[in-house]
Amino acid sequence: MTYEDLLTQTALADDRVVVMTAENRALVRNMPQNLGNRFIDTGITEQCMIGAAAGLALRGRTPVVHALAAFLSMRAFEFIRTDVGIGNLPVKLSSFVPGFLSDGNGPTHQAIEDVALMRGIPHMQVFCPADEQDLLQMLPTIWASPAPSYVRITTRPATYQHKQPFEIGCAEVVSMGSDITLLVYGMLFEQALIAADILRHAGYSVGLVNMRSLKPIDEHTILDVCLSSDLVVTIEDHFLTGGLYSIVAETLLKYRKTANVHPIALKGKWYKPGRLNEVLEHEGFTGAQMAHTIQTEMIENLAD
Amino acid sequence: MNSNTLQDLEATALRVREHIIRMSTDGGCFTGASLSATDLVVYLYKQFLKIDQSTLNDPNRDYLFLSKGHDVPALYGTFVELGWMPAERLANHLSTNDSVYWHPNVKIPGIEFHSGSLGHLPSVALGVALDCKIGGSPNKVVCILGDGELNEGSVWEAVLVANAYKLDNLLFVVDRNFFQANMPTEELIPLEPLADKFAAFGAAVKRVDGHNFTALENALSEFPFESGKLNVLIADTRRGKGLPSIEARADRWFCNFTHDEVDALIGELHGQHKATIESETLVVR
Repeated sequence: MTYEDLLTQTALADDRVVVMTAENRALVRNMPQNLGNRFIDTGITEQCMIGAAAGLALRGRTPVVHALAAFLSMRAFEFIRTDVGIGNLPVKLSSFVPGFLSDGNGPTHQAIEDVALMRGIPHMQVFCPADEQDLLQMLPTIWASPAPSYVRITTRPATYQHKQPFEIGCAEVVSMGSDITLLVYGMLFEQALIAADILRHAGYSVGLVNMRSLKPIDEHTILDVCLSSDLVVTIEDHFLTGGLYSIVAETLLKYRKTANVHPIALKGKWYKPGRLNEVLEHEGFTGAQMAHTIQTEMIENLAD
Repeated sequence: MNSNTLQDLEATALRVREHIIRMSTDGGCFTGASLSATDLVVYLYKQFLKIDQSTLNDPNRDYLFLSKGHDVPALYGTFVELGWMPAERLANHLSTNDSVYWHPNVKIPGIEFHSGSLGHLPSVALGVALDCKIGGSPNKVVCILGDGELNEGSVWEAVLVANAYKLDNLLFVVDRNFFQANMPTEELIPLEPLADKFAAFGAAVKRVDGHNFTALENALSEFPFESGKLNVLIADTRRGKGLPSIEARADRWFCNFTHDEVDALIGELHGQHKATIESETLVVR
């Protein structure tokens, strides 16, 4: 089962579903012959596509909308906020090559502020699956919901068997640990698994959480791990501002709690383009590099 | 058009203008902009669109989207005249106890979608028209645009896409009063030859006097204008139409008159002597 298989199957079973793209067909190549006039490609017009999606939703359709993450979340931002957000319409945004997945494109294509933008829109839900298996597990629930949503699409194969069924607003707790807990979303989940293993071998009790649903957020799990671990590490291919680190900070303050939280995020500059593995290495986001950073943090800041 | 229909349209438009003038105080509204669109709005609701109070939410109704949100007083006034909205709500203009404010919102029955940010509703109307085509519904979808609004690139995206999808059930009406917020369009971002621009983008275009009901009737009597093409009607209008003391003036886009000035302007609307206006225009934008 691929993303395209699932979308085709869903659209064929429910004629309210229409599939739209602003000429970004990588995920939906076979849709035109399968869906006929319920496949709508507006050309390179992200703004017009979102307005048209709102119009289709007004008539009772559920548009599943595709564009490159950077252009969907930023070029069309005001259309998403104004037409979809104020209208509170069930437009489902499939955001392709977000974060590090835009590896070689350069800064114009790097969606690394998209979570901050999208979660700032009232009614908009934000989801960040870890891999293809996680994505396919999440989408039926997301598409069936009446809310507008933004999904950071990743179709990378899973290196972990996700067992916890997806629920909107719930994180997937892979393991609990008393020394360190890693909170992660999206494609970096794969590297966080590696980091967690390295840290375990170094003798730490390590927790790992796939956040999955960034809005609504699983406050219970955040508070739980913050109260039960010496160090909480947030890991994200996003600017430090407005993403998971901010969400954890907001959650802690809301409940008048505090914790040792160390962010691993992009800090104030776009990342160096290249092949994905080399980008991760260059920016310090491989599992081994993150494990090293986290161990240093444990030793330096928590010595007393 | 028979003379009874014409008389009824003219009498309705006069009363809508009165509503607009009465809303132009206690905080004011976009008076000049609304008066230019009044005849268009009255004509479209009374003669062109298949919609009435019992079909406001019927999926088989026709649709009117007001992209040029400033003109919403012309819609409110028309809704009052159609019996869709009590006149008392206009007196609550700008009260937080009601939803009658400077831009359209869906809490007012008859308003199809919110607007205010320019260049949005051509695409939203396009989505509705596309769905009507997909589902085989015969509905007409109208979107009223301001001429200043044509500065927005998203309008032209919508024209291209509507043409690509052969949306001949969709009509863009341009309220061509030759002014944008602060100044004449041709002094800031020239639009002429406007009909040629739309035609070059693939639309079927007609241009009429937007204050002449017979001309509007003639232009819209054959709809769609051409099979398989987006329809564009450029309606030449005058900002502040009906009030010689403010007509076609750059500084009478938004107006906040005193109550005495409102009384004088209503007299002027009914052919009495020209009103003296001392209120400054409040530039909101």
